[in-house]
Amino acid sequence: MASYDVMPDVQLYQPANIDDALNLADRFGRDGWILGGGQDTYGWLKDRAKHPKAMIDLNGIETLSGVRQTDNGIEIGATTTLREIVRNKTINADYQLLALAAGHVASPQIRNAGTLGGNLLQDARCWYYRRGLACYRAGGNICYADSPEGMNREHCVFGASRCVAVSPSDTGTAMVALDATMVVQSIDGERLIPAGSFFKGPNTHITQMTALRPGEVLTAVRIPSAWAGSRFYFEKVADRNVWDFALVSIASAMRIEDGIIKDSRIVCGGVACTPHRLHHVEKALAGKSPGAETADLLAPLASEGSRPLNYNHFKLPLLENLLRRALRG
Amino acid sequence: MNPILSRRRFIKAVIASGAAAATHSGISSAVAGGQETAGEKGAVERLMSLTINGRTRRVDILPQETLAFTLRYKLGLTGTKIGCNRGECGACTVLIDDIPNYSCSTLTHSVRERSVLTVEGLQGEDGSLHPVQQAFIDELAPQCGFCTPGQLMAAVGLLKDNPHPSREEARQAMSGNLCRCGAPMAWCLRGSTRVLWRMGA
Ligand SMILES: Cc1cc2nc3c(=O)[nH]c(=O)nc-3n(C[C@H](O)[C@H](O)[C@H](O)COP(=O)(O)OP(=O)(O)OC[C@H]3O[C@@H](n4cnc5c(N)ncnc54)[C@H](O)[C@@H]3O)c2cc1C
Ligand code: FES
Ligand code: FES
Repeated sequence: MASYDVMPDVQLYQPANIDDALNLADRFGRDGWILGGGQDTYGWLKDRAKHPKAMIDLNGIETLSGVRQTDNGIEIGATTTLREIVRNKTINADYQLLALAAGHVASPQIRNAGTLGGNLLQDARCWYYRRGLACYRAGGNICYADSPEGMNREHCVFGASRCVAVSPSDTGTAMVALDATMVVQSIDGERLIPAGSFFKGPNTHITQMTALRPGEVLTAVRIPSAWAGSRFYFEKVADRNVWDFALVSIASAMRIEDGIIKDSRIVCGGVACTPHRLHHVEKALAGKSPGAETADLLAPLASEGSRPLNYNHFKLPLLENLLRRALRG
Repeated sequence: MNPILSRRRFIKAVIASGAAAATHSGISSAVAGGQETAGEKGAVERLMSLTINGRTRRVDILPQETLAFTLRYKLGLTGTKIGCNRGECGACTVLIDDIPNYSCSTLTHSVRERSVLTVEGLQGEDGSLHPVQQAFIDELAPQCGFCTPGQLMAAVGLLKDNPHPSREEARQAMSGNLCRCGAPMAWCLRGSTRVLWRMGA
């Protein structure tokens, strides 16, 4: 399939306030395309693989950008760039997990333009899908990646249902680990969606990655202070350190009192169609002390329940080792 | 006359006259498409002011036009290169309000009221090279030179933000720019981080 230098004809709207943006989002529905930094968008258009009629650029809406303190944590506007997140003092002091995750996205230039909203809402990176093939995710009735000839080294080992693409977002894992809440608006009002149920697998939503409906805009993400200052660990393994998506990544938060793990969140990227939370490991961790012993004991649990494809068995030892490193500290 | 200069002038003249655009099916179809639907209520005005290298000009810009396209094909600023055209190489790096961005992945309409700096804007008013340009030459940083304008802009962007980068900070800042000569990054990275480091120190 040809790729073109120039994007096809599409209208561009640059609303100055959120009401105008919501009205446009409502008016265009599925034909509208919300624009953050555009770093996940332009490839789709250049490849002629998606055909929106109008782009609704959120960057002119001042209230959507920036990090604010709230009574119970912080709120980050959806068009805040990843660069700002990586450099933000409050985030680095209290919620460093997010700064670490955002700092591992793509390349410096992409982080300078890419927004938090766009990073969380970006679409699957399966190349068959990206090439505009009529796979399940594109509304068709075949998965090219999970076929005898399919190249599926990057694809999922958990939770596949017809589609085997993984959740590509580096900040998504951190948001689930931090128990964040997504603030979503439409002309009908506001919905608050916990990060843990915001990301949707193909068993419920095969043509989209999140619970966002047409006409809705993510306006902010709230992070509660519950995990502020706890022990964080983030690691991403990719073929290249720049540009490449996670083969496997881990984002963890642990609340430790008197050397004992009271509570924890362990979330993995690159292994499932949503950020993959290791609930059973979290349960097993409660009451243990962090260190090599606990790490060796629990690491094998990470790959429990996995169903690797032809070419991605290597993700299982990788996942176990990342968990080991997160727990060893 | 210098043959290279005259060739450049010729290309620019052709671009300005629109003759080059008409020979490229992708470009001409996009132009035609844009005209059909221009003026949709509330959508962006095509005529806009752009501030590039300190000069403000009025330009007719399609809604879907990328900054790299505008720079190269409308304004004749061909110092900015297009390598991959999808955010994966850095050849098209320019500074927007002093921050490095991939111009292939930036809508021209999003830089209205902002200031764009391209490699053509680096030299001093008297034509002298920017210190980073001179340092690249002194360090023999470029081989074929295709990635160099992007590398220069990333380097200048770093120094504007952080005049005394550590070696690691320089590596990080240059990591969004690939060099395809030799091992990826080897030459330009070695050259330019050494340059940056020397300039900062
Ligand atoms: C070469 C390359 C490498 C990359 N590597 C990585 C990587 O390693 N890790 C990673 O996580 N990502 C990566 N990305 C993906 C992506 O570009 C970045 O994650 C970036 O953060 C996306 O943000 P954006 O604002 O530019 O998105 P956009 O392109 O503006 O938006 C992405 C999607 O989200 C929707 N959207 C955006 N904001 C909102 C909102 N507020 N409300 C509703 N919908 C919205 C858009 O409609 C679109 O569908 C890479 C991209 C490229 C091109
Ligand atoms: S041409 Fe823009 S990043 Fe390659
Ligand atoms: S010098 Fe040839 S691509 Fe960098």
